[in-house]
Amino acid sequence: MGIIIGKDTKAIVWGITGTQGSFHTKLMLEYGTKIVAGITPGKGGTTVHGVPVYDSGEEAQEKHNANAAIIFVPATFAADAVLEALENGIRTVVIITEHIPIKDAINIMARAKQLNATIVGPNTPGIITPGESKLGIMPSHIFKPGNIGIVSRSGTLTYEIAAGLTAKNLGQSTCLGIGGDPITGLNFIEVLKMFEKDEQTKAIVLIGEIGGNLEELTADYVAKTNYPKPIVAYIAGRSAPPGKRMGHAGAIIMGKAGTAETKIEALKKAGIKVAEKPNDVANLISQYPNA
Amino acid sequence: MKLFEYEAKTILAKFGIPTPQGELATNVNQAREVVAKLKPPFAVKAQVLVAGRGKAGGILFANSIEEAEKATEKLLGMQIKGIPVKSVWIEEKIKTKKELYFGITIDRFARSYVAIASAVGGMEIEEVAQKSPEKVIKFPIDPLCGFYPFQARQIAKKIGYNGSALSELGRIFERLYRIGMEYDAELIEMNPLVETVDGKFVAADARIIIDDNALFRHPEYKKRLMESEGELTPQEIEAMKNDLAYVKLDGDIGVIGNGAGLVMATLDTIQVYGGKPANFLDVGGGAPPEKIAAALQIVLSDKNVKTLFINILGGITRCDDVAKGILEAKEKVGVTKPMVIRLVGTNEEEGKKILTEAGIDVLESMEKAAQRVVEIAKSGGK
Repeated sequence: MGIIIGKDTKAIVWGITGTQGSFHTKLMLEYGTKIVAGITPGKGGTTVHGVPVYDSGEEAQEKHNANAAIIFVPATFAADAVLEALENGIRTVVIITEHIPIKDAINIMARAKQLNATIVGPNTPGIITPGESKLGIMPSHIFKPGNIGIVSRSGTLTYEIAAGLTAKNLGQSTCLGIGGDPITGLNFIEVLKMFEKDEQTKAIVLIGEIGGNLEELTADYVAKTNYPKPIVAYIAGRSAPPGKRMGHAGAIIMGKAGTAETKIEALKKAGIKVAEKPNDVANLISQYPNA
Repeated sequence: MKLFEYEAKTILAKFGIPTPQGELATNVNQAREVVAKLKPPFAVKAQVLVAGRGKAGGILFANSIEEAEKATEKLLGMQIKGIPVKSVWIEEKIKTKKELYFGITIDRFARSYVAIASAVGGMEIEEVAQKSPEKVIKFPIDPLCGFYPFQARQIAKKIGYNGSALSELGRIFERLYRIGMEYDAELIEMNPLVETVDGKFVAADARIIIDDNALFRHPEYKKRLMESEGELTPQEIEAMKNDLAYVKLDGDIGVIGNGAGLVMATLDTIQVYGGKPANFLDVGGGAPPEKIAAALQIVLSDKNVKTLFINILGGITRCDDVAKGILEAKEKVGVTKPMVIRLVGTNEEEGKKILTEAGIDVLESMEKAAQRVVEIAKSGGK
């Protein structure tokens, strides 16, 4: 169980011959993820860690009929890779690449929405359903199967908190980084909806950070829907000095939201416990009996 | 990357959006030459990249060449919110009947661009948006279709225009959208967009922020960003060259970490234990040894730094690369200040081995490492 990926996930790696693509393909294979093919234009016919490499998504899909993709190609070519995956029938795409231009990200998300596809990222550590499948770059030994869903805007901070949970014997159903960019394929609310339907998930850890108003909107959603599963949050950036503003239009969209204080206040108001330090998350969540 | 007003206006003019006649001046002699080509009265505007320039006295008006020279002299000797004024934009003052607002930015939640318009623009636009949001029109733009002339006209209608004014405004809105797309703007706005007493529309001020991640498509501006002296500290320029995210803070504990969230949480944890971070530095994902070495050099070049906290939790970043980078920096610059290193994650054992063999201690817990570095800072860096 868990969300988005599991035992049945069969994935293609875009950018498999690059340093990161190759290295993490090895780690994903070792974790038990079914990686059926890799794509690097011009390197078709070779193999990487035993995985066949193709020049195009079309050729790979004819042979393997994969249902997921993970993208490692550089930012300049990432939109092309994602669209190639989508146009070849793949409906779950994890984008590890960081620094993708906003315009490209907006186009990717619009096409994905049209096709009813799920995009994780960009600029994400990926997603792991412990014991079943991992499409990402997270160090796998810090996770263990269990009942806590983790959703985060951060990469490494997620590992910090997941490792803290695992050390206290609190396993995870699925751990997912939505990505640190302004435009991402999933937001907290969409992931909370998925966790709500997942029977394995009994409690949720939400890891946010300053900027944007996603945490405030999420708090609203949790309060309004009387969200049925307990949530513990951590917000990074309490000590950050007031950021450079996004100009008038940005201020108009965001209003006064966006600081750690406004986020923490909104979350607490919605009945969500907020940890002071990353390490405190495990203590707070262990107070809920089902977790 | 924020563009200066003069850069933004030059782009607008190139795309056929009316802007006041004007030119840039960096000294009084230049100002005299510029003014000679223009018709009075003039507006003399400090070119700084801070919001609220008008309220801070960065815009002066002049009725004669002499007054314009004086205004230039005054502004060039000024600092606006701590930023010294290095150039002024001198233009013909426009006769304003009404100030409008039009801009395009990103709606993160809707994952699209959004056009924003208001019949009450100018310096108070944010207040208007707060107090009477009904006066601000937000118009989402479908990424797969773009922004069509009929939609631009629809917005012009909604802010109260008819007839030829409606068509003219529609054309301006649509052009601004095209510029936004062409230049990968995360924000592009005309505030105010002035309706003049003779019924024309002129962008009296313009602001463009280019998405930093798209700067590779705009090499001319990337170059300008590197060259714009005075706006960036030496550390910031060095960080940019090395593709590192660096923000200077006022404490004494240098911080290096991987991942913005983890670095922010590191700063927060240092503060929880009573310490003061000297900076934010994120080496990003998958940093090779040279990048780690560059990060160390940047942080250590800040004189306030008494001690250094390196907090790495490797995912795509490999601990052995970080360890090699630390040793490389030690060799190159000779690190004399005490370091607290926390290193876990991908290739953790290899990384620890490299450092331990070089006689450097490695911790596993972020909290313990934070506590230790705060103690070191409090004892004066010993």
